[in-house]
Amino acid sequence: MQKFFLTVDRISTFAGKAFAWLIVALTLLICWEVFSRYVLNSPNAWAFDVQIMLYGSLFMMAGAYTLSKNGHVRGDILYGFFQPRTQAFFDLILYLCFFLPGVIALAWAGYTYAAESWAIREHSSISADGPPLYPFKSIIPIAGALLLMQGVVEILRCIVCLRDGAWPSREQDVEEVDVDKLKAMVTHEGDPPPKVGPVSAAGER
Amino acid sequence: MRRELYFGLGIMGAIVLGIAIFMPWSTLTSGHLGLLMLGLVVVAIMLGFPTAFTLMGMGMIFAYFAYRMRSPELAVAQTLDLMVQRAYAVMGNDVLISIPLFVFMGYLVERANLIEKLFKSLHLSLARVPGSLAVATLFTCAVFATATGIVGAVVTLMGLLALPAMLRAGYSVQVSAGVITAGGCLGILIPPSVMLIVYGATAGVSVVQLYAGAFFPGIMLAGLYVLYVVTLAKLRPNLMPPLSEAERFVPLTASAQTISERVAPKVLPGLLGAFKGRRNVDVPFGELLRHTLIAAVPALFLAALLTIMWRGATAPDVVIDTGGLVEMSAGGSGESSESGGLAEPPGGDAADDEGGLAEPPAEGEEKPEASSSGAQDTPAAAGAASGTDAQVPPSVLPADAAAPTAAADEAGAAARKSTPLWFWIVAAVLTSIVVAYYAVLTFTRLEVFKMLLSSFFPLAFMILAVLGTIVFGLATPTEAAAVGSLGGVLLAGAYRQLNMRVLQESVFLTAKTSAMVCWLFVGSSIFSAAFALLGGQELIENWVMSLGLSTIQFLLLSQAIIFLLGWPLEWTEIIVIFMPIFIPLLDNFGVDPLFFGLLVALNLQTAFLSPPVAMAAFYLKGVAPPHVTLNQIFAGMIPFMLIQVLALALLYTFPAIGLWLPSVLYK
Repeated sequence: MQKFFLTVDRISTFAGKAFAWLIVALTLLICWEVFSRYVLNSPNAWAFDVQIMLYGSLFMMAGAYTLSKNGHVRGDILYGFFQPRTQAFFDLILYLCFFLPGVIALAWAGYTYAAESWAIREHSSISADGPPLYPFKSIIPIAGALLLMQGVVEILRCIVCLRDGAWPSREQDVEEVDVDKLKAMVTHEGDPPPKVGPVSAAGER
Repeated sequence: MRRELYFGLGIMGAIVLGIAIFMPWSTLTSGHLGLLMLGLVVVAIMLGFPTAFTLMGMGMIFAYFAYRMRSPELAVAQTLDLMVQRAYAVMGNDVLISIPLFVFMGYLVERANLIEKLFKSLHLSLARVPGSLAVATLFTCAVFATATGIVGAVVTLMGLLALPAMLRAGYSVQVSAGVITAGGCLGILIPPSVMLIVYGATAGVSVVQLYAGAFFPGIMLAGLYVLYVVTLAKLRPNLMPPLSEAERFVPLTASAQTISERVAPKVLPGLLGAFKGRRNVDVPFGELLRHTLIAAVPALFLAALLTIMWRGATAPDVVIDTGGLVEMSAGGSGESSESGGLAEPPGGDAADDEGGLAEPPAEGEEKPEASSSGAQDTPAAAGAASGTDAQVPPSVLPADAAAPTAAADEAGAAARKSTPLWFWIVAAVLTSIVVAYYAVLTFTRLEVFKMLLSSFFPLAFMILAVLGTIVFGLATPTEAAAVGSLGGVLLAGAYRQLNMRVLQESVFLTAKTSAMVCWLFVGSSIFSAAFALLGGQELIENWVMSLGLSTIQFLLLSQAIIFLLGWPLEWTEIIVIFMPIFIPLLDNFGVDPLFFGLLVALNLQTAFLSPPVAMAAFYLKGVAPPHVTLNQIFAGMIPFMLIQVLALALLYTFPAIGLWLPSVLYK
């Protein structure tokens, strides 16, 4: 079971990380566009469309990756103080009530939406000769399907946690606040290293 | 831990009870269904399920109900349509696109690892101020949090750096914890901040104006914090004892040591003497030259600043054809043609961060001076100084950004205006400041200055450059953010922190944070569509109007509600769920959504510091020495929360604090 969880995690993570690099492309594209418009005085009509596509694909495809790392923002007022079993209980109910219907609907609607776009070979109408839109619209069903797959794994995780009383482990990933890493950034000789307690009482699974 | 659990359950129980009591169960309309949905979503969020999906699922279910009431056979198709349309709208949102870019910039700047140098240099340069360590902490937090925008990392880093230093110096635990948590949260308010982008996207307010508007309130809040700390240190020195001589000691380089001992401790006579009698002082010539160069930086900067200002002030008036300008010139008469001109793409040279970005810092310093010298000059100064390039006729615009002044010369050699009086006043004031600086410049101070030069100034320059180009309309937020990200890469590179791993981690973290915010947007826009479909909005509007509130009462009520929401919820949730409900009400009371946004942004600062969801406190607790308790941290945060409320009251009483800058720039 655990192996299956981690495999799906890895698929989501791979897709998310692959699309994460679009931020570099986006940065370079905009910088180049700024340069070519203001300095070379030759703006590109397609630049805006492509920027939007890079941004949209980036965050949509990272949705499942973020879910697999438990990175979506959640209310912490109670959750962090619950026992793992209680956490899993509420999560399970809410996954079934809200997540599944919502994401299935999104993926399905996205599929028909993208199919229509493919059927007419839709091009962007922002500029006269806009780039094709159908690959971009296909991102919605793909991201939805990935999210659904990851969601199913999360549901199974909840069930395992209800049975075992502890959350199944996840693979490590970069953290926004990684205490050890931040400590390595600032420690120097002479200072007694401050003792590190539990990272926070709130919300870390 | 039990206590917090009961507190949370209490709030949740109160909400459920409130719904149960106030819902008119016998005469349920679809609008009431909307309110029920709102109540349910708050409960679901408090249960801790990822908010984005709670909103998405609940929005879908209730949108289906709403459609079913109208035409049962079409309901499914309409619901699906609504969902995909909303999701696609977020994917194509040209405001939200700057979020990943700003986040990316923040992570890169964080990895440049400037914070330690920054803290040390600031605390040495502020050594004589009462409560110097606390003030330096506030400054460091403000600058670093503004540049990175990552509250958690700033608080953690300062908890590792400043907290031990302050405790060692005998500062009280409460004060130390308070300044770190309060300072770390400033980054959310002071632009460029992600919160304002999220608000702008939700409320349909220009992010540019929000940035311009939030600048002074942010500075004001930081100023109030500093004022409070300094006053407290004066009144009760036992809370923040002054630093000992040993802790203020600045080690000099060998050559500086020699000169200051053998020639003179002051830099100017010291260097002169050393140049003259080099045989007496065995200091290598290169070293001497280096000291001279660093010592000369302020003078050179002053010269450059004054030159740019003079060029701007005396640039000939050029009538700009505003016909083709669409982007940012909101209105368009008189002086506004100038600010409109700034938005003109060919005029702005944001492309080139050397030339274009050098100007905004100049602006920042010059403006207050100008206003003191004569109010009628201010608009001219604001427009003119940065308008140097914008006012150049379009024909010469292709010229490289580094040479706008040359172009201006050509164009206006014949018609340079006479130098205005305010320029001489500003020049005199600035020059005397620099002269005073040189008069007291010892080698010790030069060393501190050198440290500032390598930590404080790059960050300050970057913030002002990004912010300046946005606020003065030289670049869109997206462009500025992208160039800022590139600047972040260069900064990390300049401090030898850039490698594949750092880049990789920043990229992945950016993806996760952007996905978090933008999926929340997908969820919330489906949710608010469902809310509007059910007529919940109408119901609330009718109810609020039936209360017969005055504008003041309405603002007080709404801010109080947002303040209370800050206890159980986080700022992202408050903005994306509740702003769509508040914003349509503003029209009825004649409140400017921009002004409301500033109030909300200031108000949500408290959301970070109000227990029990005060994230800042938990981050600090995570790295604090074991004897520092969570209660002490909370106690330390309370004065700062009160200051935030005070700042809110000030902004409310004097809206000009926030609205003056946008009104000058975009009238």
